Amino acid sequence: MTAAVEGSPPLRMTRARRNALLQSEPVQGFALISPTFLYALILLVLPILVVIAHSFWTQHYLTIDRTFTLENYRVALTEPIYRDLLWRSLYISLTVSLFTVILAYPIAYFISFHGGRHKSLWLFLITIPFWTSYLLRVMSWKVILGYNGVLNSGLMGLGIIDEPSTALLYNSSAVIITLTHAWAAFAILPIFVSLEKVDRTLVEAATDLGDGPLRSFLRVTLPLSAPGVISAALIVMIPTVGDYVTPKLVGGKDGVMIANAIQAQFGKAANWPLGAALSVTTMLIVTLMAGATVLIIRALQRLAR
Amino acid sequence: MRARGFLSGGWLSVYAFLYIVFLYLPVIFLPIFSINTAPTPKFPLTGFTLQWYADLPHTPALLDAAWNSLKVGVCASVLATVLGILAARSITRYRYPARRAIHGLIMAPLVLPEVIVAISMLLVMLQLGLSLSLFTVVLGHVLVCIPYSMTVLTSGFEGFDRSLEEASADLGESAFGTFRRVTLPMVAPAIISSLLVCFTISLDEFIIAFFLTGTEATLPIYIWGQLRFASKLPGVLALGTLLLVASFLLMTIAEILRRRAARRTRNEGGLYA
Repeated sequence: MTAAVEGSPPLRMTRARRNALLQSEPVQGFALISPTFLYALILLVLPILVVIAHSFWTQHYLTIDRTFTLENYRVALTEPIYRDLLWRSLYISLTVSLFTVILAYPIAYFISFHGGRHKSLWLFLITIPFWTSYLLRVMSWKVILGYNGVLNSGLMGLGIIDEPSTALLYNSSAVIITLTHAWAAFAILPIFVSLEKVDRTLVEAATDLGDGPLRSFLRVTLPLSAPGVISAALIVMIPTVGDYVTPKLVGGKDGVMIANAIQAQFGKAANWPLGAALSVTTMLIVTLMAGATVLIIRALQRLAR
Repeated sequence: MRARGFLSGGWLSVYAFLYIVFLYLPVIFLPIFSINTAPTPKFPLTGFTLQWYADLPHTPALLDAAWNSLKVGVCASVLATVLGILAARSITRYRYPARRAIHGLIMAPLVLPEVIVAISMLLVMLQLGLSLSLFTVVLGHVLVCIPYSMTVLTSGFEGFDRSLEEASADLGESAFGTFRRVTLPMVAPAIISSLLVCFTISLDEFIIAFFLTGTEATLPIYIWGQLRFASKLPGVLALGTLLLVASFLLMTIAEILRRRAARRTRNEGGLYA
């Protein structure tokens, strides 16, 4: 054998291997998704990293001092105004997710167990209002709850109250009602999906073994649909904590939430690092709250069995 | 048969009916008051008028905003759908490491607070020295539209039978020919559905546009500006009603197309399976 012949097979093999590699499933799949992946990296991951970086810096009028500091976090966590806003935002988002899940569960159950042939029509009916502009839906609640609004004029027309009530609009209850309405459809879908996966023969077995409908629901259907309840709770809780439009339009002074303070830091107050620290703190706390919710629901699920 | 109490279909259907009322009632007040003569929205209704609608075309700022929304909506829906097609095809057809993590990242804007997404993009764009304009709004809208586009397209691509494409290639079609004559007709309804969904989202989206636009307003930003003036409310209600109708129509068409796409890939795939 000559050296030339000895040298060529490995060469041919690498080329063949490279071709095989280029045509292999993982590489093709990854190449196909990479534009979208890069887009998400550049416009989502990178920006969030920049926000985190800003939260450790300081604003000096128009310039930003890039020495590391925890001062922004101290302000975010200890200044009464931000602490109160954070607490209120967490309280509102927790209440809203509780309400939406409790209100949504029977509907999801109804569609899944009694929807018959019209399941997808029901789902469509329920999601349609969700596709209309969020801003407009909040605005319609303002029209309903306002001093001269639908509810007040309606109640006065019926003779139930004598003068318009000011208790309806511009407080955190108005924010909770509006958000519960706005996120209703979002909670139904995940619960519906997990109820669809519940094996109907298990429910029948429980009934055959002597469990009443309520008991078999509590011990079989409800625990088995827990994953749907968890995702419904999270899908409502995380975005609502940072809601801006609703508190601004129907919240008044008592309904201001953390997003309004964050916006102010990037607008009028022009303190980007503090706004960044408030954003990061909000995200961290809501993540903790979401984690706690998952643990609590899982514990309840185990208890039910 | 035992009585099934509160779990019975009867009680639940009453509840379902009330729930639908709760979902629709607030939204229905917008059209009702948009054709009422009184400038403040309250009962009892005072009379029928189309004057608030007739005034709309005579508001230049509104027309500008509508034109801006149209431009942003078209650009964002096309871009998001193209990126969605690539990603949905990759997710439904190939298996590779980190596939689920990448999918999760692309879907993340769906569950993040919009304000935080908006301000983080704002920071980066200002750092990069991009001046805020409708272009930056498009960039933001594409990011939030991709998850929806992915959802619609994945349901259209799933069950898509690869043997159809292989058969076409075996019969001598080029890769492009296969794509144009086999793949595209099968997934076209899903693609149009995705375009409509993304356009609707972009048309209605407020927060990201609010943070990322410069001086040019889109329709939701125009409405936001008008909300400060009580006297402008009837016009806003009329405009809002038109937007509601537009969203409703677009989403209905999108849903019909999405179902048709899902049915088509499944049935025709089934024939050859």
